[in-house]
Amino acid sequence: MKETVFKILETICEDNIVRTNPDIDLFETDLMDSLGFAELLADIEDELGVIIAPSEVDRHVISTPNKLIAYLEERASL
Amino acid sequence: MTFYEGYPFFSTLAVILLPAILIGMAGKPLKWYSTAATYLFIGLVFFNKPTQALYLAAYYVIQVAIVMGYLHLRRIKGRIVWMYRLALALSILPLIVSKLALFLDMDLFGFLGISYLTFRCVQIIIEAYDGVIESISVLEFTAFLLFFPSLSSGPIDRSRRFLSDWNTVYTREEYMELAGTGIYKILLGLIYKLVIASFFYQGMGMVNGAKDWYYVIAYAYCYGFYLFFDFAGYSLMAIGTSYILGIRTPENFRRPFLSIDIKEFWDRWHITLSHWFRDFLFSRFMIQSIRKKRFQNRLNAASAGFLVNMFVMGLWHGLTPSYILYGLYHGALLAVTERWQKKSAFYKTHKSKRWYRFASWFITLQLVMLGFYIFDGKLLWLLGF
Repeated sequence: MKETVFKILETICEDNIVRTNPDIDLFETDLMDSLGFAELLADIEDELGVIIAPSEVDRHVISTPNKLIAYLEERASL
Repeated sequence: MTFYEGYPFFSTLAVILLPAILIGMAGKPLKWYSTAATYLFIGLVFFNKPTQALYLAAYYVIQVAIVMGYLHLRRIKGRIVWMYRLALALSILPLIVSKLALFLDMDLFGFLGISYLTFRCVQIIIEAYDGVIESISVLEFTAFLLFFPSLSSGPIDRSRRFLSDWNTVYTREEYMELAGTGIYKILLGLIYKLVIASFFYQGMGMVNGAKDWYYVIAYAYCYGFYLFFDFAGYSLMAIGTSYILGIRTPENFRRPFLSIDIKEFWDRWHITLSHWFRDFLFSRFMIQSIRKKRFQNRLNAASAGFLVNMFVMGLWHGLTPSYILYGLYHGALLAVTERWQKKSAFYKTHKSKRWYRFASWFITLQLVMLGFYIFDGKLLWLLGF
């Protein structure tokens, strides 16, 4: 799962910093905007089969690559 | 009585909030008291507006039926698209009827707050379809829908966030902090609205009606600052009142005139509105567009998304040429900004430099002020329409 998330993020953010610094804040650094966020949700559903509604989670819960991975792992374990 | 205006409102508010502060400081639940306060204020504000009161009552009954009915169907029948669309359409219908009636110089379903209440009902229906909300009691729905501090003009809260606060019993220390912040926000809001907004309003009056370019610019600036201090002042008072009742209503403004580009502006101006549209319209339109491959590339998709999003926001303000133009204007600005930031090598080389940031801020401010000038109906007036 981790690898898939990194790949998705690298494509959307067009920057491998998401892999080298997985604690970077995606929204504050402008790596991800509202358009990128929509792509992220679509990709997560397609590749991981996890449906996250756009209003479901507060952005600060999944604002870094590590936080996003932790959130997805928790969802998968339910 | 009018919300956040005049001596009768503020003196009643002070009398009503005092017991709330005592209850909160005693570490007791506030939800029953805040619900009672809501009924009292609705009664006082709509007392001398019987037609509006009737529409509000009818609206409330209709929305309870739609929201409760849909939640029930969603639980027993699952995600069925036509049921979802029907519930959505029915829930938005009163708002559409009221706006169309206004357009035809009639009064149907026109009551204070209908535009804002619609967001709250629609949010619950969409999240029910998503499976994020499974159930809500009539009592909770009522508390959320009619919560008096933000009834007339927002901020637009979300039901899950609101209800988690509503059901919270704060400790004495937590509540003291909340109430202190609340009082500070109300006082700051008063200064914004009564002192600063009034000052700019006077300025508008001095140059209103003149068509010389320098008067036009002076008017646009005065109106822009008036609009901000008036609306941000109202929002602060609504948020402050909510805090004292134990509800941490989200912020609506965050120094919008410091924005460096238009995208940032919409993250700082009328935030609860733009974030609502982002979560319930823009994101969903984008995800669907990606799925159905509606557009050749992501830039075209984004441009269409921004235009649709802001067009609907314009319509929501009212069915007038100026509001619609305002929406399309901001949609176009967002689309152009997106293109510039994704495509331009110049932007990528210079975006972090001081002079670029300054120039970008300056241009953004002018575009924002022009937007307000359109919003106020003045641009079409100036052009002779």
